[in-house]
Amino acid sequence: MMSFNALIFAALAYVTLLFAVAFWADRRAAVGRAEFLQSPWIYTLSISIYCTAWTFYGAVGYAARSGLEFVTIYLGPTLVMVGWWWILRRLVRIGRAQRITSIADLVSSRFGKSTQLGMIVTVISVIAGTPYIALQLQSVTLSFAVFAQVEGVIWEAADFNATAIWVAIGLAVFTILFGTRNVDANERHNGIVMAIAVEAVVKLLALVAVGVFVVWGIAGGVGQMLTRIDASEIVLWDQSGSRWISLIFLSGAAFLCLPRMFQVLVVENTDERHLHIASWAFPLYLLLMSLFVVPIAVVGLDLLPSGSNPDLFVLTVPLHEGKGGLAVLSFLGGLSSATSMVIVATIALATMVSNHIVVPIWLSLQANQQAVISGDVRFVTLLARRLSITAILALGFVYYRMSGGGTALAAIGLISFTGAVQILPAMLGGIFWRAATGRGAAAGLLTGLAVWMWTLFLPSFGVDAFISQAVMDNGVLGAAWLRPQALFGMAGLDPLVHGIMWSMILNTAMFVFVSLLTFPAPLERLQGAQFVNVFDHSTAAPAWTSAAAGAEDLLIMSQRIIGSTQAQAFFEQEAVSQGKLGFLPEVTPAFIERLERELAGSVGAATAHAMIGQLIGGSSVSVEDLIAVADEAAQILEYSNRLEAKSAEQERTARALRDANAKLTALSIQKDAFLSQISHELRTPMTSIRSFSEILREGDMPQDNLNRYAGIIHDEAIRLTRLLDDLLDLAVLENGQVELHEQTGQLSDLLDRAVGAAGLHDGVLQVVRDRISEDITLSTDLDRLAQVFINLIANARKYCNAADPTLTIRVAQLGGHVHVDFIDNGTGIAPENQALIFEKFSRVADEGKAGGAGLGLAICREIMVRLGGEVIYLPLEKGAAFRVVLPPEKS
Amino acid sequence: MSRPPKPPVFLQRANYRQRRVRDAARLIPFVGVVLWALPMSWAQSGDEGHVGSGGLIYIFAVWVVLIVLAAFLASRIRADTPQDAADDPKA
Repeated sequence: MMSFNALIFAALAYVTLLFAVAFWADRRAAVGRAEFLQSPWIYTLSISIYCTAWTFYGAVGYAARSGLEFVTIYLGPTLVMVGWWWILRRLVRIGRAQRITSIADLVSSRFGKSTQLGMIVTVISVIAGTPYIALQLQSVTLSFAVFAQVEGVIWEAADFNATAIWVAIGLAVFTILFGTRNVDANERHNGIVMAIAVEAVVKLLALVAVGVFVVWGIAGGVGQMLTRIDASEIVLWDQSGSRWISLIFLSGAAFLCLPRMFQVLVVENTDERHLHIASWAFPLYLLLMSLFVVPIAVVGLDLLPSGSNPDLFVLTVPLHEGKGGLAVLSFLGGLSSATSMVIVATIALATMVSNHIVVPIWLSLQANQQAVISGDVRFVTLLARRLSITAILALGFVYYRMSGGGTALAAIGLISFTGAVQILPAMLGGIFWRAATGRGAAAGLLTGLAVWMWTLFLPSFGVDAFISQAVMDNGVLGAAWLRPQALFGMAGLDPLVHGIMWSMILNTAMFVFVSLLTFPAPLERLQGAQFVNVFDHSTAAPAWTSAAAGAEDLLIMSQRIIGSTQAQAFFEQEAVSQGKLGFLPEVTPAFIERLERELAGSVGAATAHAMIGQLIGGSSVSVEDLIAVADEAAQILEYSNRLEAKSAEQERTARALRDANAKLTALSIQKDAFLSQISHELRTPMTSIRSFSEILREGDMPQDNLNRYAGIIHDEAIRLTRLLDDLLDLAVLENGQVELHEQTGQLSDLLDRAVGAAGLHDGVLQVVRDRISEDITLSTDLDRLAQVFINLIANARKYCNAADPTLTIRVAQLGGHVHVDFIDNGTGIAPENQALIFEKFSRVADEGKAGGAGLGLAICREIMVRLGGEVIYLPLEKGAAFRVVLPPEKS
Repeated sequence: MSRPPKPPVFLQRANYRQRRVRDAARLIPFVGVVLWALPMSWAQSGDEGHVGSGGLIYIFAVWVVLIVLAAFLASRIRADTPQDAADDPKA
């Protein structure tokens, strides 16, 4: 049997080892060789601070009293870990993106970097966390007392207190030494994480060793152990189920909300991928931690005298069996559980207290913000953290003293959990619901805090400590619905379930209700979008719109917070990334945002934002800026719409081009046909002229023949001339070289002239006219207009294929324009040719009937264009119909 | 700046698998809740204290199943890439 002094020696040696490990890890990290420290396994082991001394010792006692219910404390975190894809992944990503330093910082940062919210969360966490720290002190002192008892010394209260105070002091020294080396709370505490990992292994080994000893050493195997469990007096299941499910929820929620868990899960996380391993490795750790709890409880109840404290079975069973070494290992496991939890919890709480309470107050007390020495904020922050660590441990010790260290303290574990869980609605609402507002979060948090205090925390001190029995029975001021354990008349529930249920319901209801009613501030909306859409990789609106401050001012301020070396390094790096020489970067909104993040990693988002705000002149983001961002999006949308419209237009142009191309191709074919035609046309008269002139040159022929041949030559020469005239005319018209001679005359006279000149004397074509409508005075180049009319009438004569050809000339006045329509009663022009008839060289009619060279309509069109009117084909008439639109009368 | 591309409607086989792995990862906690909620019905069946070592074994068996499932999925799941995030319907 080992002496008590030897135990003290073992404990001190163990603690020295932890110091050495922490020191070694910090050293290694300082020289940049921390790869091993940043493995997912170290991360998983550091999460195991969830298993505190309360669970190390207390789980067995819990099982001895309430059976299987103890396991709920492990089932909740297991569900959260295997469901990491839902919440933890998001929290870790946000934590890294926003440089979150604590859960208070998360809530404060999400809701517009609000100082008040940070304070509320800090206060809740400190109130809920202190009893838990007291609980750890109690476990350690109790475990010492057990060994003292073995030596026959029964501890007095003074002994307990002395031990507790020494443990508290030792923890404070360790935490200050390794937890406040650097002001950057967002940076990993390598030494502490490493020490915690070692402790995690020790406590697991210790509990498994005791379990193995109990199952195989005492019970004699698994089968016999199970028989023994069935035979034991432990009632494994004796409840309705409401506690079962409530406690699973509670432990899962507390796993996310406890400041120390947030610290190791989110703040100390270096790589999101560590979650992949931790998602199953940590549940496995929990499983191993709880596997032997029931066997130890069963065996302890069997072996030890009735009335022994089941909370200490893990120690007393090995001692009872004379296994001193195993007992010491178990003791070290318990010590590890207690110390690792207290260390991380105090670091997390101290960060929150310094960043969200002390520094904001200190800053507001500073009258002159600018003229302060470099590093002063850093000094204040570090000092505040060290004092906070001491104060929190002192508070835990005071709580331990006041509560008397009895069973009342043991019951506080779950109540403490419920207090921490009040942060859950604000946290989950903050990361999943963009419309959650800061006021809603504050309302929910304060409501939850009040309900928790009233229903669970104050009654936990015992009857008449804070709440009298009369109030418990009848409510306050005669309001029975305010009874602490029967709110709104809901009596008969388990007090814990009652407290969890009402605090969560009222908390969530207030949070949602006030959020729906209030309107978030611009910065809140900005942060809300960044938190909720953290996976979208979208570029958000910059939180700073103008950059009135000089880079030097910002550098001076940064030096106050993170020290001169680090601040200058950061500025230089920023300058380099901007492509500037020297140490001072351009003060852009993006730079200010990065700087703020960097500072937030040290003093929290709210303080960093406030300090930068003082320099920038409070020109933070406004509603207008947010709207401008929205406008930008709208502009992009509009731009893309315009692009779409443009592309539609291009489509149309392309179609028109295709049409034109088809037309050109058709024309080119026509042109080829025309060229062969015109050569033929020119060649025919030339041939006759040449041959007849040869005959004439030979002479010696009768006068008759002579005259006839000369006549033929003359006619052919006229045909040639006409053809060449037409070509020339068209060329002149097209080149715009034509000269117009304006005359004034009657339309009816003009038509008379045209009909007369069109060669209708053979009487084939009848012309129908309405002379009354033709009584219009024209003032234009009448000769040219007559040429158009003659051409159209001649065309009708040539091409109208009706048996009894008739041409109707219709005159109408429409809106200042005079229309003269020439409509014959033939078959008209086929639709596919209508587009071509006005083109040069186009000939749509039969070769046989064609007399001209296909230039007439082209000439008509050119003339009308020159005159300021137009000639078009009317497609809907029965026969071929042309409309001449005369130019409007000049005023 | 350009408009964010619309997530594709149909995916290649590998991406499709990856999506389903993530779906499964999201489902595990619900499986756990359902299986661990079953003990709530135990109290009604038979007299108190009826639940013996069998109940203990059941709870630990569910635990092992969840750990194995989570480990399997964690080994198959890919770390986020920007394209995944863009078309991740829930996250």
